[in-house]
Amino acid sequence: MRTPSLRALAVAAVVTLLGGYALAFFYAPIEAEGFIQKIFYLHVPLAIVALLGFMVAAVHAIRHLRTRDPVHDARSYVSIHLSVIFAVGALLTGALWAKGQWGVWWEWREPTLVSFLIVFLLYATYYPLRYAVEDRDRQARYASVFAITAGAFVPLNFLAVRLAEPFIHPRTFSSTGGLPAEMLLAFLVCLAGMVLLWVSLVGFELGSKRASADLSRLRTALGGGG
Amino acid sequence: MTAPLIALEQTESYVAGAYLVFVALLLIYVAIMAAKLQRIQREIRTLAELEEQTGRPSTAGQASRRQSREVEAVRGEARR
Repeated sequence: MRTPSLRALAVAAVVTLLGGYALAFFYAPIEAEGFIQKIFYLHVPLAIVALLGFMVAAVHAIRHLRTRDPVHDARSYVSIHLSVIFAVGALLTGALWAKGQWGVWWEWREPTLVSFLIVFLLYATYYPLRYAVEDRDRQARYASVFAITAGAFVPLNFLAVRLAEPFIHPRTFSSTGGLPAEMLLAFLVCLAGMVLLWVSLVGFELGSKRASADLSRLRTALGGGG
Repeated sequence: MTAPLIALEQTESYVAGAYLVFVALLLIYVAIMAAKLQRIQREIRTLAELEEQTGRPSTAGQASRRQSREVEAVRGEARR
């Protein structure tokens, strides 16, 4: 099966995101919450893609432990790296939304916010843990074990939050009725765009890591030969 | 009449702020990656020049050809 080129993916991501935000601003209605609700089309896809990315990293980590192929370790590392950046985006946009809607930047009594922060801080410890180990093989193994453990924590955490009584944070999808069709369409296009953006950036960073590794091998080969 | 107007302006600034944060994060990331790629390309050029200067003798011809192929592969990777 032929995988799409990075350029095609990047173009698709830009087109989908632009289309999604055009729908969000010019097609989706402004609901009772007011104009501030437009942050939802950015904040929720960022949070969802970050959490999915952490789980993708866990899948690559499992593959790495099974095959010992460093490619899977690199994929797991890059997935976590990008997801941490997306999580920073989700936290910052969420804080702006909270300030506009609730009048505070953060609400410690809200389980959705605190649990997301816990997940973010958990993954923030991935870097010091990984680089504390000098041996490359052991580093990759430990990082994979971390990615699997933390990755398993993500859906559990999500489930716990859904079961908990929400304090003030709204639920995007609930059994008591979802979004109106126009808002749902805009949201899904924005989500698809965010997924494509994440995949493109992962591809971009993996390509850069590969070039860096090739360069290092080349330097060794030339240095050793000459 | 003034109060709702101010509220709307404040709301708009939070929405604009959120989208700007996203764009800024994206730009910072792309700028860091672009700087990294530039450094790789610069090093590839230096290595390619070094390889041309050393001019392998015939006994090392195979290794030299392999390295040339690697240089070309890395160049291609960087161009992509």
